[in-house]
Amino acid sequence: MKNSLEIKGLKASINGTEILHGLNLTIPKGEVHAIMGKNGSGKSTLAKVMAGHPDYEVTGGDVLLDGKTILGLDPDVRAREGLFLAFQYPSEIPGVTIANFMRAALNARRPEGQEVDAVEYYNELYKKMDLLKIDRSFTSRAVNDGFSGGEKKKNEILQMAMLEPKYAVLDETDSGLDIDALKIVSHGVNSLRGPKMGVLVITHYQRLLDYIVPDVVHVMVDGRIVKSGPKELALEMEKKGYDWVENLATV
Amino acid sequence: MSEVTTLEKPDLKIDQDEGNFSYPEDYAFDAGTGLTEKTIDYICDVKEDPDWVREFRKKALRIFREKPLPTHWASKDLENIHFDDFRYYLSKGAKPKRTWDEVPDDVKRTFERLGIPEKERAFLAGVEAQFDSEAAYSNIKKAVAEQGVIFVGSREGLKEHPEIFRKWFGKVIPTADNKFSALNSAVFSGGSFIYVPKGVKVKHPLQAYFRINAENFGQFERTLIIVDEGAELTYMEGCTAPKFDSVTLHSAVVELVAMKGAKLQYITVQNWSPNVFNLVTKRGLAHEESEIKWIDCNIGSRLTMKYPGVILKGRKARGEVLSIALANNGQHQDTGAKMIHAADETTSNIISKSISIGSGRATYRGLVHIPRHLKGCKNNTECDALLINTESRTDTYPAIVTRGEGNSVQHEASVSKVSAEQIFYMQQRGLSEGQAMSLSVNGFVNELVRQFPMEYSVELKRLIDLEMEGSVG
Repeated sequence: MKNSLEIKGLKASINGTEILHGLNLTIPKGEVHAIMGKNGSGKSTLAKVMAGHPDYEVTGGDVLLDGKTILGLDPDVRAREGLFLAFQYPSEIPGVTIANFMRAALNARRPEGQEVDAVEYYNELYKKMDLLKIDRSFTSRAVNDGFSGGEKKKNEILQMAMLEPKYAVLDETDSGLDIDALKIVSHGVNSLRGPKMGVLVITHYQRLLDYIVPDVVHVMVDGRIVKSGPKELALEMEKKGYDWVENLATV
Repeated sequence: MSEVTTLEKPDLKIDQDEGNFSYPEDYAFDAGTGLTEKTIDYICDVKEDPDWVREFRKKALRIFREKPLPTHWASKDLENIHFDDFRYYLSKGAKPKRTWDEVPDDVKRTFERLGIPEKERAFLAGVEAQFDSEAAYSNIKKAVAEQGVIFVGSREGLKEHPEIFRKWFGKVIPTADNKFSALNSAVFSGGSFIYVPKGVKVKHPLQAYFRINAENFGQFERTLIIVDEGAELTYMEGCTAPKFDSVTLHSAVVELVAMKGAKLQYITVQNWSPNVFNLVTKRGLAHEESEIKWIDCNIGSRLTMKYPGVILKGRKARGEVLSIALANNGQHQDTGAKMIHAADETTSNIISKSISIGSGRATYRGLVHIPRHLKGCKNNTECDALLINTESRTDTYPAIVTRGEGNSVQHEASVSKVSAEQIFYMQQRGLSEGQAMSLSVNGFVNELVRQFPMEYSVELKRLIDLEMEGSVG
């Protein structure tokens, strides 16, 4: 299907242990979907498998980006096709500034010899930083090196803003954030959401969904989506607890 | 912004085959293979050496023969050097050129193939570049000559300026220092001789590009630089070599002298092809309140052994070695620094960064010597190693000998790895595996590279990109 990120019957394992047992999910462009699930339900595995992490083996199903499969492609090719993953634990890259890192990432999307113009690049960067309310000095720091949890997540959102992906997967973006950082990050995501991008928010807590209000909520149990519904489902989940859906899963 | 502009240069093209080429050479003079007294006589005759040089060379040959290879500490790979298989002198017989127009086309083509961008080619107008044994191109910048600076090849130096040349030649690094300094002393040709008169501050760095371009051809440059009282100079040396099947030997000797209050910075970026033995002796003599700084970047080669040093002879003299070594598959970078404190209140600083990739091996060997009777001496040593994939190996042998009170030494060492997670993270942003590794490596050396002149930080970044792209299988 054009204009959607489709996950069809996806099975994936790590070190021979199957984590995803045939997962189905469609995220149309322009919508924000949320996946809720307990620790160990396979949420982060889903994110990594979609992005092409080498530790995971896909044993069945498919992932289609605008109708084309991305399985089997290198992680960087998937990224250039328009898939972005905001990491739960972003890596540090000592000595490489955020500004240089993003410029390299943008250049990687362009034909050789047509690198981004420095002036245009900084104009664009500062525009996005203003939008996200990020201080100018931020991008001269080395990528995630010595960053607080909040700074790391802010950096992920800034990169998402600069790279303008078709589909963005936010893996536990709220973990390790205090309420102020949570507001900044949510503000960022809300400023960027729109008809050109599909978003999948992965979270353990309902709290994040107070700030990033999803169009659809999915509940994940043991490597499968067991229930989907409107945003109110998140509140219901919060009230009734995961046991409620776990019972659904076994039915 | 400024940092970005120094690191990026959009007009640079990276060519995967860069360095993997050579053009046919016709040599007017060829000493043949092997090394005997006859070889020395041949070299002396061709170069029209004065008698004292002939004697100097012959004495050096005797010392070379007597001296054993370094034994217990050095790589066994040295035993694979077959000294009889090398040519010790080759020359086109051409006189050093003065203008760019006079440079032979094939030499120009080689420079072009090296990817030296327009801006840097303009730089070459003030450059001495050695092409094989003799400088194929040499143009002393007018302004520099007007200041009374002598910037010539070593051959011209010893002939035209014996009063300065003989005073210091072989004094900082005696012939018998080691087997390879003796070898160089016997067969040296090429290299630079520079004298900067008292109080003259040379604004633009003097620069020499040179490369090996003949099979089985050992290159033995000999460089001597004297910076007189209160004068300042930056000298830059760069080498890239084409790839050959058989072994190539490179064994240079570089002697630096900084007189009272002088400042001298010597910068090297080397990118040898993976069959080169690069065995170089570099040392500086720092007089009172003077400063000698070595910036040394070693990429490529089969085995590099190089430990730039400073003898801190005068009170308050300062020595510094900033080095980067990149050991790719099958390569061994055995590098380091020597700081010999020989006066009160002398300070030295060593920062070494090494990168080992695949089966590449990086060794740091340091020697810091502060004797008991000195006061107020300081040394700071930092060694950081970056490992890329599990086969890589790194060793650190810091020998710091401090005696006496009131002297201080600091030593820090770190080993880090480019993790799979880090590469995955960068790939998720759209960078290829090679680009990701290249960026990690550039990040690792970034802080150090910032202290380099801009042209060299660009050159180094380009060389690292090239190495990293080639290392992704």
